[in-house]
Amino acid sequence: MSDLEVFREETKAWLEENCPKEMRDGAGGEENICWGGINWTFQSEAQKIWLERMAAKGWSVPAWPKEYGGGGLSKEEVKILKAEMRAIGARSPLESFGIWMLGPALLKYGTHEQKLHFLPPITRGEIRWCQGYSEPNAGSDLASLQCKCEDTGDHWLLNGQKIWTSYADESDWIFVLVRTDQTATKHNGISFILVDMAAEGVSTKPIKLISGKSPFCETFFDDVKVSKEHGPGVNAVVGDLNRGWDVAKYLLTHEREMISAGGGGLLGGRGLGEVAAAEIGLENGKLADPMLRAKIAQAEIDGWAFLLTLERMKDEAKAGQGVGANSSMLKYYGTEFNKRRFELMMDTGGSDELEWEGERTKDGKLAKNWLRTKANSIEGGTSEVQLNIIAKRILALPGA
Amino acid sequence: MPLVLTEEQEMLRDSARGFLDEKAPVSALRKLRDNNDDTGFSRDLWKEMAEMGWAGILVEEEFGGADFGFVGAGVIAEEMGRSLTASPFLSTSVLAATALRKIASDAHKQEYLPKIAGGEMIFALAVDETRKHGPAKTAMKAEKSGNGFKLSGDKTFVADGHVADKIIVAARSAGAPGEQDGLTLFLVDAQAKGIARERTQMVDSRNAARFNFNGVEATGDDVIGEVDGGYMALEGVLNAGRAGLAAEMSGSAQQAFKITADYLKERKQFGAEIGSFQALQHRAAHLYSEIELAKSAVLKALQDLDAFYGMAGPICSLAKAKAGEVAKLASQEAVQMHGGIGMTDEYDIGFYMKRIRVAQEMFGDPAFHADRLAQMRGY
Repeated sequence: MSDLEVFREETKAWLEENCPKEMRDGAGGEENICWGGINWTFQSEAQKIWLERMAAKGWSVPAWPKEYGGGGLSKEEVKILKAEMRAIGARSPLESFGIWMLGPALLKYGTHEQKLHFLPPITRGEIRWCQGYSEPNAGSDLASLQCKCEDTGDHWLLNGQKIWTSYADESDWIFVLVRTDQTATKHNGISFILVDMAAEGVSTKPIKLISGKSPFCETFFDDVKVSKEHGPGVNAVVGDLNRGWDVAKYLLTHEREMISAGGGGLLGGRGLGEVAAAEIGLENGKLADPMLRAKIAQAEIDGWAFLLTLERMKDEAKAGQGVGANSSMLKYYGTEFNKRRFELMMDTGGSDELEWEGERTKDGKLAKNWLRTKANSIEGGTSEVQLNIIAKRILALPGA
Repeated sequence: MPLVLTEEQEMLRDSARGFLDEKAPVSALRKLRDNNDDTGFSRDLWKEMAEMGWAGILVEEEFGGADFGFVGAGVIAEEMGRSLTASPFLSTSVLAATALRKIASDAHKQEYLPKIAGGEMIFALAVDETRKHGPAKTAMKAEKSGNGFKLSGDKTFVADGHVADKIIVAARSAGAPGEQDGLTLFLVDAQAKGIARERTQMVDSRNAARFNFNGVEATGDDVIGEVDGGYMALEGVLNAGRAGLAAEMSGSAQQAFKITADYLKERKQFGAEIGSFQALQHRAAHLYSEIELAKSAVLKALQDLDAFYGMAGPICSLAKAKAGEVAKLASQEAVQMHGGIGMTDEYDIGFYMKRIRVAQEMFGDPAFHADRLAQMRGY
């Protein structure tokens, strides 16, 4: 047996022994995610045990180095672990912006002290992070951000506002893009700083969305004092001062990869066509609505090809690295596809799924998720921004 | 298996690209067309390809082939798609080699596979009878006669049928058109008595043929595979052809896109390179994304043909549908973004549009394969 085959057998046995039954229902969906954090209430004892066991093995974030709480697994080993988890329907033990975004940025730009201080609590689900990027006047044009960060000698003084901070009201820490040099040109003078949400002067206000939910907040910083060090040798600023835009961009590629994976939902649950066949019915073996059938078939083709592209891009990437500028392509296609998928689910659901309240639709669950997908092609950089990036960085078109 | 080419496959791709750039660029196809060449491809060049192992890429080593698998065949097809190389690679080295290798008798294999690998014999697969693909629609009759059969009926859109030495033909030995049961595959001599063939020069300047079979005699030895049970075997062969065409279209789409992107960087209007206009940038970026999806579907189909031949139907349909859709988009955007010059015969881009139109129709257009996938998934 090759080393990988041995690893597969051991992984299978370990999962069989350690994954609680309740965590094997294959449940995805935002409502079943374990986010962790100081204020986190586990939805069940099983969820708690599952996280503890996986974290102890380093498998809550299997690709990170062992010394920072990860599993130190190779790309191939991570693939095997994920496949074996899928095979038994195991839920992900933990998801968070710390894992998806801050972690990769710290691994690349952080000091050893910063990694040692911040990464292990992320892998154990003890600290929940949120992202302070957009501002009311800095959306697609993110680099025009104005949130002010002054050096007062013994600490940083933070003043300004962020918007679209997902789950800011439930998070413990925030990574923030701030302007540390008012005189520098736009992309220079930005720094990437880590701030405790419990600090005096930090406040949040949820924003109610068209879905009726409030996953995003406004976050305000009023004379917030941030220590220059969060521990001995642990700088509050990640990367070089005034060079935060590099960190920000690198983190965005990971955010985009993460968001694009949402477009792969096709294989997660039942297929679009399968659901439509059950809900609308068949005539002569074909979906009774021929126009919808054609649209669904086309979408299933694109969805499948997209999933394969996610796989291929990951396989092509060098071990430990992301997919680079192609994250913009995946983000663009994945989010546009996800919107299309939910439009088709709403088409399939017809008037039954339009009931906003009541038992039958679980208070408009599908409708709310459908509305939520409309943010997919806006958050993390709009589709139009992604197309700009592809034109510039991949196609090298002039003036882009 | 990782969804990437192995080192060996990459080397094959690089050498194929170098060879085709030198010996069979688009200008070679243009020349064949302008000279109204009887064969429609260069037999000398095909000989050279055979010497490099391409003709026998799917033939076992014991029969003189390179046995490089479907991914290897796809790599060559993709490169031929880039350069729009006319050759009997699809008809002979993909379709016939697959049919003979997978379902023929040992005697057939011994007789014909070395000839395929050596580039000595050209084969064609005759399936379709109507303007739209559909193997189950086969109506050509195979009536039992003595110890053998008599074949009667028409075939159309037979790639390389105009020069083929041997024809693999699907005929109905039982059942009615529309049914999967009752099909039998025969290997017949293209010169056999009762066969009338008409060379058809196609939109893409390549050649196919229409056939009329009028009581063509075939013995039991001429049967490939099972009598009456040839449908699944035929599907397997067609899947290989679909993946091969998908790979070719992926290559054509990539090259048409490359030519277009280069043009966007060079052509100036309103005092600026037209590639600096966002309206064109976004369309180009979208097309880039679609081409990446097609590439993934194609590679997966080829890998699955190597690893799970009998179960590769759905993924081959995916590849054929996606590559067909995307290649059409690429050729349409290419002409539009070139503007007037894209409409001229002098410029190469039109050749891509024409070849893609033919390749996406052959063995099922995107709608055929979308419908097929929907049926496989129960809706």
